[in-house]
Amino acid sequence: MFDDRDYSSSNFIEVLRQKRPDLLAPFHTVNPPTHSHQTAPVSGVSAKSDLDLLEGTTVLAAVYDEGVVIAGDRQATDGFQVGERRIEKVFEIDKSSAIAIAGIAGLAIEMARLFQVQVEFYEKIEGTMLSLDGKANFLSNWLRANLNMALEGLIVVPIFAGYDSKQAQGRIFKYDAIGGRYDESTYYAIGSGGKDARSTLKKLYRPGMSRDEILKIVSEALWDAADEDLGTGGPDLIRDIFPTIKVIDQSGISDIPDSDVKALYTELLERLKD
Amino acid sequence: MSSPYYVSPEQIIQDKRDLAQRGIEQAKEVIALEYNNGIVMVAENPLTTVFKISEVYDRIALAATGLSPEYEALRRYGIEQAEIKGFNYNREDVTAKWLTTVYSQSIGANFREWDSKPLEVELLVCEVKGDASSSNRIYHLSFDGTFGEEEQYAVIGGRADSIVEILEQEHREGMSLEDAIRLGIKVFETIEADVDEETSEEPRYEIAADTIEVALLDEEQERRKFRRLPTEELEKLF
Repeated sequence: MFDDRDYSSSNFIEVLRQKRPDLLAPFHTVNPPTHSHQTAPVSGVSAKSDLDLLEGTTVLAAVYDEGVVIAGDRQATDGFQVGERRIEKVFEIDKSSAIAIAGIAGLAIEMARLFQVQVEFYEKIEGTMLSLDGKANFLSNWLRANLNMALEGLIVVPIFAGYDSKQAQGRIFKYDAIGGRYDESTYYAIGSGGKDARSTLKKLYRPGMSRDEILKIVSEALWDAADEDLGTGGPDLIRDIFPTIKVIDQSGISDIPDSDVKALYTELLERLKD
Repeated sequence: MSSPYYVSPEQIIQDKRDLAQRGIEQAKEVIALEYNNGIVMVAENPLTTVFKISEVYDRIALAATGLSPEYEALRRYGIEQAEIKGFNYNREDVTAKWLTTVYSQSIGANFREWDSKPLEVELLVCEVKGDASSSNRIYHLSFDGTFGEEEQYAVIGGRADSIVEILEQEHREGMSLEDAIRLGIKVFETIEADVDEETSEEPRYEIAADTIEVALLDEEQERRKFRRLPTEELEKLF
């Protein structure tokens, strides 16, 4: 019921925690279990191994001269099986930022959805946009608040990328499972094929690349991840499934349409055959 | 031992009604007008930080007048409820009809409470048509929680009745955005001119781009239909 002293928070997750904790599960247990010495200690083999959970594989981001590109393959694995071929792992947060998440897919999607609502909620309540650093720090604090989940093996790791209008450049923030936030000024990739994607980007990336150049190396990095890593999905020409690629610049965020991504891969495959 | 005073329920309700009505009589007006691509809301508001018109959800806006701390709390309450509902179900399930009922229940409950101060507010909940609804909706909520649906235009605030009279004459279905905003400005000028005639000592009140607040729900925007017109855009209309 309405109580006019009760609406000071511009933090949607805080609002849910106070008023609808059921909607935050599994991020926050409604009744935190009481750990005693008799119960088994928290270990890496509890929650995750008992459940069949989909895991998202490779996502990456790279800065170019006018902004930042954020991308991911479309596959999720269930153990050694393909769990889902068309999953989305890159999510628009607002007009100037996006998040890409690797790890437990169910949690990743929920995390992106909540983060998006949180950013918009703040904007509406306060009447002003949250700064890019503000969004990045919020994400860090939130990951840290979910440390228990990470310790149970339910790991979700995001890359956050956006256009910083004050600095007039694209920026990338990478995180670890306990909320550590690290600025990355060039490129980064995470997930099961993250290391392979990073190797490709390491060889091909140059600061100040144009949009066309960056799209080429990003699609090549995802190709190499799919080529080397069993979990990562490549372009699927039979089903017409292509990696998600989003571009964020001064004018906002836009999707690279499937037809353009297909063209990038057709060109890449021609080159690889030679 | 003294016995408690007896006050009849009728008297309590009447006193509350009087208090709220006196408050609303002082309140500046806000107008909502349908135009050919949505709904535009116009308010006199010289402040640049406290808004009378604001975004609640994708297709829904709130226009409010009365005591600012009270309508600000209601605004935040509405945004919270809408976000929680949209998060729990789906974004399209958040409708103006639902939000108006939520407001109506809360404002009404507050009004009925024996020892509460009635809220001195009047609200318009506006929703632009889209996939989920085939026509624009404007709901008008009073300080006691009663509400009604209005068509084409609606006004809240102290001199709402005289503004409605002007709008009955001047408002046209399918007006362009510019015409609708100009009509809003003209209405405020007319109303203020009437006051000037009565109390001629006061300086004439100027309506200018920086003393007026204009926001719209524009069908042609993407998901979020709400847009606040910046002063620079308004200046072109003066």
